[in-house]
Amino acid sequence: MLQDKDRIFTNLYGLDDYGLEGARRRGDWDNTKDLIAKGRDWIIDEMKQSGLRGRGGAGFPTGLKWSFMPKESDGRPHYLVVNADESEPGTCKDREIMRHDPHKLVEGCLVAGFAMGANAGYIYVRGEFIFEREQLQRAVDQAYDAGLLGKNAADSGWDFELYVVHGAGAYICGEETALIESLEGKKGMPRLKPPFPANVGLYGAPTTVNNVESIAVAPTILRRGASWFGGLGRPNNTGTKVFSISGHVNNPCNVEEEMGIPLKELIEKHCGGVRGGWDNLLAVIPGGSSVPLLPKSICDTVLMDFDSLKDVQSGLGTAAVIVMDKSTDVIKAIARLSAFYKHESCGQCTPCREGTGWMWRVMERLVTGEAEVEEIEMLLDVTKRVEGHTICALGDAAAWPVQGLIRHFRPVIEERIAARKAGGAVPVAAE
Amino acid sequence: MSVRRLDPNQPDSFEFTAENKVWAEGQIKKYPDGRQASAIIALLWRAQKQVGGWLPEPAIRYIADFLDMPHMRAMEVVTFYTMFNLSPVGEHFVQLCGTTPCWLRGSDELKAVCKKVIGDERQVSSDGKLSWMEVECLGACANAPMVQVNDDFYEDLDAENFEKLLTDLREGRPVKVGPQGGRKGSEPAGQLTSLTEVGGAD
Repeated sequence: MLQDKDRIFTNLYGLDDYGLEGARRRGDWDNTKDLIAKGRDWIIDEMKQSGLRGRGGAGFPTGLKWSFMPKESDGRPHYLVVNADESEPGTCKDREIMRHDPHKLVEGCLVAGFAMGANAGYIYVRGEFIFEREQLQRAVDQAYDAGLLGKNAADSGWDFELYVVHGAGAYICGEETALIESLEGKKGMPRLKPPFPANVGLYGAPTTVNNVESIAVAPTILRRGASWFGGLGRPNNTGTKVFSISGHVNNPCNVEEEMGIPLKELIEKHCGGVRGGWDNLLAVIPGGSSVPLLPKSICDTVLMDFDSLKDVQSGLGTAAVIVMDKSTDVIKAIARLSAFYKHESCGQCTPCREGTGWMWRVMERLVTGEAEVEEIEMLLDVTKRVEGHTICALGDAAAWPVQGLIRHFRPVIEERIAARKAGGAVPVAAE
Repeated sequence: MSVRRLDPNQPDSFEFTAENKVWAEGQIKKYPDGRQASAIIALLWRAQKQVGGWLPEPAIRYIADFLDMPHMRAMEVVTFYTMFNLSPVGEHFVQLCGTTPCWLRGSDELKAVCKKVIGDERQVSSDGKLSWMEVECLGACANAPMVQVNDDFYEDLDAENFEKLLTDLREGRPVKVGPQGGRKGSEPAGQLTSLTEVGGAD
């Protein structure tokens, strides 16, 4: 189990002062100048060595992402954009960083901005996080007042302006190119890649978009060294991670733990166990609503990191663990997610726009059993036609929960259809 | 995707207050010259606040003109982002999270309370005090079930404390923002399982 001395977010629960004074006491802004003096190449190399993989869901190596930015400006400015549009169902970790430990993020922006040659950064906070946005703005203002941002930020010789901006309730803006579109004042519809943002991003200039947690851990990694961070967890799955655990546990919470902690240990140690005991567990969605659920048999032993969860056909995603006990109507739980994706599809790509609605309607009928058994296979087929056939990953994200349900709970669906038929109710034809 | 239409009843005009005008100019300064369109979400949000919780059509035109962009571009933004209300809402506008993490912990019961205390979804109560709608994940899942009322999150709800919350809001009594139980944030209830050593920072 991770010890407190190895925890990065030491004010995750807001028990201490969020402001500059408290942050300094916790070790933030400690000789930031010296970190920057070590140079861009050193910072990027150290981030690569640490093995940090992006904390926003996709798990792309952060140092590598930073290295994609042009070494020299061709006249266009460079931008750092922080994705604080935390909207993946189950995920509530960035919120805690912004409202309780915002200086970690602000300092991280300066360091990351310097490493990618950016003199300006935008933090895009989801519209609903009004208090969090205001709190973050207060932290930014404190940093400006203390000379830690702006001209010659933190006496480093680097100029860095940081702006807090916000969205207005669109899950899709968590996709990096949709976020850039939204920042430009448009509908948040994802862009085709290539060109990638590192070449053509915000206002057509080189841009890197990173998750809040990825940026906020950077200063601590650089201070304590890549070998410290890389020594936690397992190879290719290093470091610590803030896990959000919700659903049927006794004590839902956010907690920072070591990557690769067994799921069972995570739940039993920090959440007071599954409601009604471990044997009352039905299934867990281990990484936010987009990843396929896992039945108890897998939950018994699975480790919480990128590769372990990939091996069981799921994913770490945002590390948002949604726990369902045996009282759960698992079909309804997934149908509600299908409703979510239908609501949040931006409508740009036909397979997603039409597919999310179609999948939701079929899922609703599976909830009542008002379907034919053959339709399960048809639904699975449709998910495969959406998956991989859209500009962004929302189509995949809508398909995977349904695929996970069919993979692990097909007998439950079949049983419900059979029960409905036995009850004498007449199935209605599909829309 | 969701259906988004303008309200049939619209006021004749809209203009920012002097204070909001100054504020809006400040927002535009966050962006490079010529990129003032970037401020549209912030300005629309401010306009919605000024009107009292919704965006009338004249306000949408006003903001588009303010930012020197075609009216249609502003309409696209307003209809795309679901936090812009296109019809009037109650003085206390309740957004009830109904996505799976909240649903697992009883958001259906909260929905029943809304129906009982306020009435049908998206209908302003007869006294004008309350209205509600179901929304998608609000990002406070470790404190589920929860609602957002205007700017504030109310978390760790159950049917009982939620009904009291709505009644208190309606009667204008003071209410507690955040978790309604004993928690401060999203720490586990009861004994802390981490961050017990004060000053554990490097």
